[in-house]
Amino acid sequence: MATEAKELNTEELKSILATDCGSTTTKAILIVKQDQEYRLKVRGEAPTTVEAPAEDVTKGVLNAVGEVEDLTQSKFLENDLILKPKQNGDGTDIYMSTSSAGGGLQMMVAGVVKSMTAESAQRAALGAGAIVMDILASNDGRLPHQQIERIRHLRPDMILLSGGIDGGTTTHVAELAEIIAAADPKPRLGSGYKLPVIYAGNKDAVDMVRDILGDKVELFIVDNLRPVLERENLGPAREKIHELFMEHVMQQAPGYGKLMDWADVPIMPTPGAVGLIIQTIADQYDIDVVGVDIGGATTDVFSVFSKTFNRTVSANLGMSYSVSNVMAEASLENVMRWVPFEMEELDLRNRIKNKMIRPTTIPQLMDELVIEQAIAREALRLAFVQHKAMAVGLKGVQKERTISDTFEQTGSGETLVNLMSLKLLVGSGGVLSHAPRRNQAAMMLIDSFLPEGFTHLAVDSIFMMPQLGVLSTVHPQAATQVFERDCLIHLGTCIAPVGPAKPGKTILTLDIDLPTGTEHMEMQMGEIKLVPLGVGEEATIRARPARGLDLGAGKGQEITEVVDGGVVGIIIDTRGRNPFVLPTETKDRVSKLTEWLTALDAYPASAFEHTGN
Amino acid sequence: MAHAYTPGLRVAEYTIVRKQRRLPLPGDVSVSVDDRVKADDVVARTELPGNVESVNVANRLGVPPEDVPQAMLKQEGDPVEKGEVIAQSKSFFGLFTSKCVATVKGSIENISSVTGQVLLREPPMPVEVKAYVDGIVTDVLPGEGVIVETPATFIQGIFGIGGEINGELMVICNNPQEILDADKLSDEHKDKIVVGGSLVTAGAIKKAVGIGIRGIIAGGLNDKDLKEFLGYDLGVAITGNEDKGITLIVTEGFGEIGMAGRTFELFKKCEGMVASINGATQIRAGVIRPEVVITRIESDEKAELPDTETMGNMAIGSPVRAIRQPYFGKIGTVSNLPPELQNVESETLVRVLEIEFEEGIKAIVPRANVELIEH
Repeated sequence: MATEAKELNTEELKSILATDCGSTTTKAILIVKQDQEYRLKVRGEAPTTVEAPAEDVTKGVLNAVGEVEDLTQSKFLENDLILKPKQNGDGTDIYMSTSSAGGGLQMMVAGVVKSMTAESAQRAALGAGAIVMDILASNDGRLPHQQIERIRHLRPDMILLSGGIDGGTTTHVAELAEIIAAADPKPRLGSGYKLPVIYAGNKDAVDMVRDILGDKVELFIVDNLRPVLERENLGPAREKIHELFMEHVMQQAPGYGKLMDWADVPIMPTPGAVGLIIQTIADQYDIDVVGVDIGGATTDVFSVFSKTFNRTVSANLGMSYSVSNVMAEASLENVMRWVPFEMEELDLRNRIKNKMIRPTTIPQLMDELVIEQAIAREALRLAFVQHKAMAVGLKGVQKERTISDTFEQTGSGETLVNLMSLKLLVGSGGVLSHAPRRNQAAMMLIDSFLPEGFTHLAVDSIFMMPQLGVLSTVHPQAATQVFERDCLIHLGTCIAPVGPAKPGKTILTLDIDLPTGTEHMEMQMGEIKLVPLGVGEEATIRARPARGLDLGAGKGQEITEVVDGGVVGIIIDTRGRNPFVLPTETKDRVSKLTEWLTALDAYPASAFEHTGN
Repeated sequence: MAHAYTPGLRVAEYTIVRKQRRLPLPGDVSVSVDDRVKADDVVARTELPGNVESVNVANRLGVPPEDVPQAMLKQEGDPVEKGEVIAQSKSFFGLFTSKCVATVKGSIENISSVTGQVLLREPPMPVEVKAYVDGIVTDVLPGEGVIVETPATFIQGIFGIGGEINGELMVICNNPQEILDADKLSDEHKDKIVVGGSLVTAGAIKKAVGIGIRGIIAGGLNDKDLKEFLGYDLGVAITGNEDKGITLIVTEGFGEIGMAGRTFELFKKCEGMVASINGATQIRAGVIRPEVVITRIESDEKAELPDTETMGNMAIGSPVRAIRQPYFGKIGTVSNLPPELQNVESETLVRVLEIEFEEGIKAIVPRANVELIEH
């Protein structure tokens, strides 16, 4: 079993096979070394098989690898096993995988104070790739019997217990331990083994916690994740979570024991792997980055602002299993506001529910595609709202972490997210990566995140960031080469001034030095325009926002920037930021959406002629 | 030969159904191997630990936590009645006595000298597991439960709400396209499981609950009506614990969709027989689909267990159903499985199949948009 990377000579690797077992689909990619560089060869896909009749995730892996065989006309499987090493054109030198199937890693965290140690515990769990089902705290407003009932009901895969700085309170830590003991929690998957509980709190309370919990759970002690208020130490807790994820959770989910035997490298939770790649980009280019992975069941948002990495998982926002929840949380009106035709509520509700109960289907008709992309906008928007609330500095104290002073003061706390300083927004996940036109992906990203100033947009071309993330742990060079050359599709740059203005008023003038010559443009409030600029091309932009509007240099201040092109180009978005305004009246809204989507060439004309079938 | 995996729903006229009947916690199994059981027979029972109540004795008595054990009049494991004094302390030279009483009936679970709290455990709650289907006990899982087996007609639905119930089947629509509305229901359907055609309406569901109908099976349901019935918008498809007085199973999907002809004919064939149904649905990992099990011990045919080896393999000639627009609900056979990707109307490039519908028309459909019709 691969709990550590097997002995590998990475120089000898000519062929790399990697899979990602998502909640809906299993994706297999084949990377080969050609002329001294690593390139993506093909990709295969099949439904994930954790359900009956298969109830074995490896069957979906074999099916996905089977597609790779079909497409390459080479053999990668023998007797239902992965053929290793590569010989005479068949087989692969290494196999690795990531996984979020089976719902991923589901945890509860507990800490003494909700906004301090409990929140740090939450960040530790999220950074390890977990879904945090609930956060218990002594001051969370619930009575003990309610907290006990909650633990019993949720059945997490493991619990992270923190609380108390070293030398601080032990009483409240004991209370939390007693509640966990009284709940006598049973693990979600498998039976006959005790629930893992990680204690990462006040070191003075270790013996007490052992006395209270030692018999009832499988207890692990690691360093305090908040040893002093001014400092978090999340590493030891994160590592232990990942180790236990491999040994306990993965082993219990159907077929994972076998998958772990097949893999040459420890299997990573998908979000952990995607986070690795995001951090690599931020480091390499020294910029603030946001990445989003919108899957069937969850939407993960990753960010690096001022070199601080944060991750959130919106556990019930996704495009298949959770698609109905997006409607429930966003509201039908918010979904419909992105649809450039009228549709009966009855019809829309049924379509969304049918997608929920048959999650592996895809839109065949154009109006179905438009509706799915409208839902995606709301899922992305809500996930980002949750991320902004979580990606915050340490409350109430001077920070010793490497966070600069550029964070935004809001009513709800000090979010680190600063859309004006954001330089790169990367999207991943089927609805973004598989959008039939790249312009659609660009529009979804812009409409949901509302980037400000100058922001480069990209998508993961065929959803391989997870596989590249796990590859980077053994062969960073191969991962980076494939990432730059085959993974990222550069969409272009979005330019959006911030500030209020009346519709129709000229709010931005630009001179754009394109390879073809200089273009002068004047943009009015409520418009969006596309200027073609190809992949690898650059343009210098001199932009003058109107008084009261800011493009990054201050209100009304001119700014000059060199921007990169992409398959879409330069998107100048003067529809509004703070606020972004959509007409509320249906006819006006449909007319405006049609205008914007046509300007971006997002859909063919037939998309606006909904026939109601 | 081109193969592709497409999970489908089972509709089997005559098969062996094996149901695992398990307790949530270790307990006692009350039947033996080879016992013949009825659906409502209890096969295993246990007790769930009672709820826990916390009493802050230190606060109530005004003493430090470490003094609580001494103040206790009851010890860990002792039973207590609601209102009974469990701890007391004297103050001011013994002149004043503070008392602390039990807030619930139960027993003392834990006394903490660290927190000063005492946990009270309420009496255990009995839990019983029934056989769910008429059949024979084939295996006993000691302390956990049993496996009950029966030859049966087995029909899976695509979505349901409500839990396990059983009752006599009555088909009250004349054909699979007919709508099951309130007018079709009357008192004669009390305690029955009624089968409709293409759609069960909100009015029909409401009337059914009033009459005391145990279950409804239909081709489709409007989500708007589901929301009205449940009282909330269902966000994620995890159901089965709704306490709404009825179990609902939908065989085709949301909207007005004619029940598949073969499914409807099977229900007609089984009319008058007792069906065990469960609306529980879970679409995430460990998928659960709602089901209908109709014990068929009268047949001379030998029933077979489902062939899980070949299940899920789609090939040319496989019967399939389209499960998304524009051909939602239509049935046909696979006439071709081209390996190359093709563009469909949404401009999506996908692997497709060619389906020949029952009326002879052929169409190209994404492979992901059909499901196998399993037997």
